[in-house]
Amino acid sequence: MSMPDFNILSSLIWLPILSGAVVLGLGGDERAPLVRKFSLVVSTAVFLLSLLLYIGFDTTTAAMQFVERHEWISSFNIFYHLGIDGISMPLIILTTFLTVIVVISAWQVIQEKVAQYMASFLVMEGLMIGVFSALDAIAFYVFWEAMLVPMFIIIGVWGGANRVYATIKFFLYTLLGSLLMLVAFIYLYNQSGTFGILDFHDLSIPLHAQLWLFFAFFAAFAVKVPMFPVHTWLPDAHVEAPTGGSVILAAVMLKMGAYGFVRFSLPILPDASHELAGFMIALALIAVVYISLVALAQEDMKKLIAYSSIAHMGFVILGFFIFNARGIEGGLVQMISHGFISGALFLCVGVLYDRLHSRQIADYGGVANKMPMFAAFMMLFAMANSGLPGTSGFVGEFLVILGAFEVNAWYAVLAATTLIFGAAYTLWMYKRVIFGMVANDNVESLTDATPREAFFLALLALAVLGLGVWPDPFLEIVHASVENLVTQVSITKL
Amino acid sequence: MTIFEHMEAVYLTVPLVCLAASAIAGVFGPFIGRAGAHWIAILGVAISCALSVVVYIDVLNGNHFNGVVYTWGVTGGLPLEIGFLIDELSAMMMVVVTFVSFMVHVYTVGYMHGDPGYQRFFSYISLFTFAMLMLVMSNNFLQLFFGWEGVGLVSYLLIGFWFEKETAIYASLKAFLVNRVGDFGFLLGIAAVVYVFGSLDYAAVFATAPQAQDMTVSILGGEMGWITVICLLLFVGAMGKSAQVPLHVWLPDSMEGPTPISALIHAATMVTAGIFMVARMSPLFELSETALSVVMIIGALTAFFMALIGMVQNDIKRVVAYSTLSQLGYMTVALGASAYAAGIFHLGTHAFFKALLFLAAGSVIIALHHEQDMRKMGGLKKAMPITFITAWVGTLALIGFPPFAGFFSKDAIIEAVHASELAPAEFAYIALVAGTFVTSFYSFRLLFLTFHGKPRMSHEQFARAKESPWVVTLPLVFLAIPSMIVGAIYFEPMLFGGFFGDSLAVLPEHDTLAVLASHHHGVHGTSLVSETIMRGLRAPPVILTVAGFLVAWLFYIKNPELPKRLAATFGAIHYALMNKYGFDEFNDIVFARGARAIGVVFWKVVDAFVIDGVFVNGTARTVGWVSGAIRHIQSGYIYHYAFAMIIGLFALISWHLITA
Repeated sequence: MSMPDFNILSSLIWLPILSGAVVLGLGGDERAPLVRKFSLVVSTAVFLLSLLLYIGFDTTTAAMQFVERHEWISSFNIFYHLGIDGISMPLIILTTFLTVIVVISAWQVIQEKVAQYMASFLVMEGLMIGVFSALDAIAFYVFWEAMLVPMFIIIGVWGGANRVYATIKFFLYTLLGSLLMLVAFIYLYNQSGTFGILDFHDLSIPLHAQLWLFFAFFAAFAVKVPMFPVHTWLPDAHVEAPTGGSVILAAVMLKMGAYGFVRFSLPILPDASHELAGFMIALALIAVVYISLVALAQEDMKKLIAYSSIAHMGFVILGFFIFNARGIEGGLVQMISHGFISGALFLCVGVLYDRLHSRQIADYGGVANKMPMFAAFMMLFAMANSGLPGTSGFVGEFLVILGAFEVNAWYAVLAATTLIFGAAYTLWMYKRVIFGMVANDNVESLTDATPREAFFLALLALAVLGLGVWPDPFLEIVHASVENLVTQVSITKL
Repeated sequence: MTIFEHMEAVYLTVPLVCLAASAIAGVFGPFIGRAGAHWIAILGVAISCALSVVVYIDVLNGNHFNGVVYTWGVTGGLPLEIGFLIDELSAMMMVVVTFVSFMVHVYTVGYMHGDPGYQRFFSYISLFTFAMLMLVMSNNFLQLFFGWEGVGLVSYLLIGFWFEKETAIYASLKAFLVNRVGDFGFLLGIAAVVYVFGSLDYAAVFATAPQAQDMTVSILGGEMGWITVICLLLFVGAMGKSAQVPLHVWLPDSMEGPTPISALIHAATMVTAGIFMVARMSPLFELSETALSVVMIIGALTAFFMALIGMVQNDIKRVVAYSTLSQLGYMTVALGASAYAAGIFHLGTHAFFKALLFLAAGSVIIALHHEQDMRKMGGLKKAMPITFITAWVGTLALIGFPPFAGFFSKDAIIEAVHASELAPAEFAYIALVAGTFVTSFYSFRLLFLTFHGKPRMSHEQFARAKESPWVVTLPLVFLAIPSMIVGAIYFEPMLFGGFFGDSLAVLPEHDTLAVLASHHHGVHGTSLVSETIMRGLRAPPVILTVAGFLVAWLFYIKNPELPKRLAATFGAIHYALMNKYGFDEFNDIVFARGARAIGVVFWKVVDAFVIDGVFVNGTARTVGWVSGAIRHIQSGYIYHYAFAMIIGLFALISWHLITA
């Protein structure tokens, strides 16, 4: 298929952002029904538009596609430069897909400041797509930082009781890291005279500088992933965030940290990456083992899923820093899969929370008696979270374990403990919440998932099963880019 | 000659028809109703069973198949595929699985009658059949793992089928997690296969296995062959699924699930997946005597010590469960002795008679309105004649009394171990022979306590106890027939006639069955079957079996006070058996509570106190304190600032003068 003659990436970025402004202009809560419908139309349109990226994508090349490049600030050689490869394209579709689901999930739940809520998500969607498609470091930085604002608002306005602490912690944690990333960009600009990310890839940099740059990027990306020991903002942010915020946070925002590692750290700083691979792998394995044990001790469902997210993202980092195709492809599948699964699990908790206004595991028990259909959906997502073959959760973990075994069998041994721990914390939670006798009068009053809830859970279920039963189409997309990345990271830049 | 033009379509239909039935019964259960669900599920498995027989005949006619269905994915040049390998081993497994599943489907109509989760149950057992078929039909390690985990999932769902029952959902979680410990080893074994062979395809791996024999790896200071490492890791998976010591702990608790699935999943099919897998991997295991020895030791321990626990259980299903554990141990020993054919043969006969025993136990349980305690049974033979007779058939097959099915398969295992030259063979032989006595004792104890003697339940209950409906008794009869005859029919072809063709590999120096065959050819004029029976009647296993029967009769018919006195005399042993050697307590305290306690410490101390308390909030506090202190400097008075400027200027000039 020929390239569309309009700028599809720009449309994907600016359509939701401008629509967000329109939504705000539509007015107060008396226009809420209109706001909802408009938001749904926009997000669906953006999703369909993003599918054009998949349809028109050339899987044979690692080169950037759908490229747009215009001068922006010529005195600093800054360009408005967009483009995608096999690594970023699936992340964009993940973003547009989940935004539709978030809009649907908020339909009844959000009754106050509806326009502001929807606008925040639409604006954030555009900014997140901007992050995944920016090829200019300054453009990347602008999208990266701007994205914090709507999330800050979402948690701060629609969040829980302790939202102020959580938002400030979230904001400061991530901002501090981002500033160091900006410093790294300026250094790279001084060396290359450009802010082009692809130009950075060709720069030769001495090892000591590479190490400093690596830590600067690490500060920004490790916080976002999040990696041990800078992960403690995530459980707090999730607990306070409204359901939609949690979904986007877990499903998309965490991926940006991982994306940063493959877009910047690995190709620009291959020598530092190799030098520090042991350190990164150690942190990743701590995330898998240590965080899993912490997850086992949680009493709050959202915190448990948040810790589970950290453990699952550990697989992504492990996959990236073993520098072989299986590991990196596994990490990329894991990113998409975790987007579906963590999104789905947070939505499941949201469905329960909307009814009983509690996230405490102890407040539930025997939900299956009252919500059999919901229980079936949550069973699927719990199993996917435990890495059951046939679901997307298995694919990434399997490939990463295969890749890790080739580098060092002990990495694989530690990583494979997730088979036990992942199942233990997920299914133990499921058992306490869903199985058993009806625990109390509140549970007795529960009603099964509404058609709307069933609809968005079914969409996610299809995604989880589809990717699990036939991941080949996805792997086809990433092959060329991953091959290119493996080559880049194996060539010294000294 | 092939029966159908396109056998590939038949291969695909066999599992997919079960998957389709499961999906329809599960998703549309409320719309199609109870009868709709059971008709669709039974029809699905019936088609699957009939086609499996077609495949079986086709394979015996020499038509094998090894091909890809679709490419699941490709990574780093490694193709990951879904594909079928249809040979004697998989064809036999397909027939056993679908036939027992078919019987259990029919039985379920009676057993689950009136249960609110009726459609869900049919959906699960059809899904199970699908997963089990994918497991046995696989031609590669990836799909094997898919089926492996798939049957584990359904087992979990079915053990916890009555999800209101605390013991059931506890047992289901336990089963899943213990199996995951096995899968942990299994998955690493698969990763090692990819590392060493660069392929997941059975044929490719087996073809290059001999060349990999010299590859070693140093683990914790010692040198080990890669093949040994792979085999041991894969066997850890088998220990989980086939419930070998010490990963056996989940199987007795799995009896919390409905009885039809105890028969189907936890006796006849799923638990034998580990046995099947090791037999399938025989080209690898043959290359490692270390691995074979470990397999033999684990099997022997399981066979003997689990049988001992069966002697003191009072729950009728648990007796059969411990019997299953013990019999799985027998099969495992056969694998260790390289008598793969004997192990698979016993797997087949066991599938029939153990499914029969479970379903017979279930029939008694329904008749007594879900009473499972044998101390409250007795004297049921008149009221339930079909159940009674079929239970006797199952028992005779289980204890290995000639000419019932179990005799031939068990006898072959014991003889093969006797012929084995591996170091632990002697120990294993003693364990298995001693095990026949124990097996016989607990089996007859079950029969006597249930069907013979005086009734120990209330009068009304005894009066109400009657034979189960035909949907229950018909499967009993259909399982009793093969329990009687398949042993004699398949004894010669399966063990000595090359029935399995190339699907099982045995090195000449390990070929214990060939040693057996050479013994048999000594006598002229008699058939192998009758010769084996004649020899068997004089051999230690059958003598010990008769002894077991006599002791059980003495204890439970002649002098019912004797067991209590004996238990008191050997208090320590009785205590150890009643507590199942303490595995459950140990796992609960060390692993379950231990992991949670570590989790709490990590969370509250490291995450909350050190990282958040000291670093994150500490930084925030420090910044707050410093800014609070500095705030005093910004007083807003111009003369303060002017003064500061003059001091600064003075300092700068002084510094400039001094350095210049």
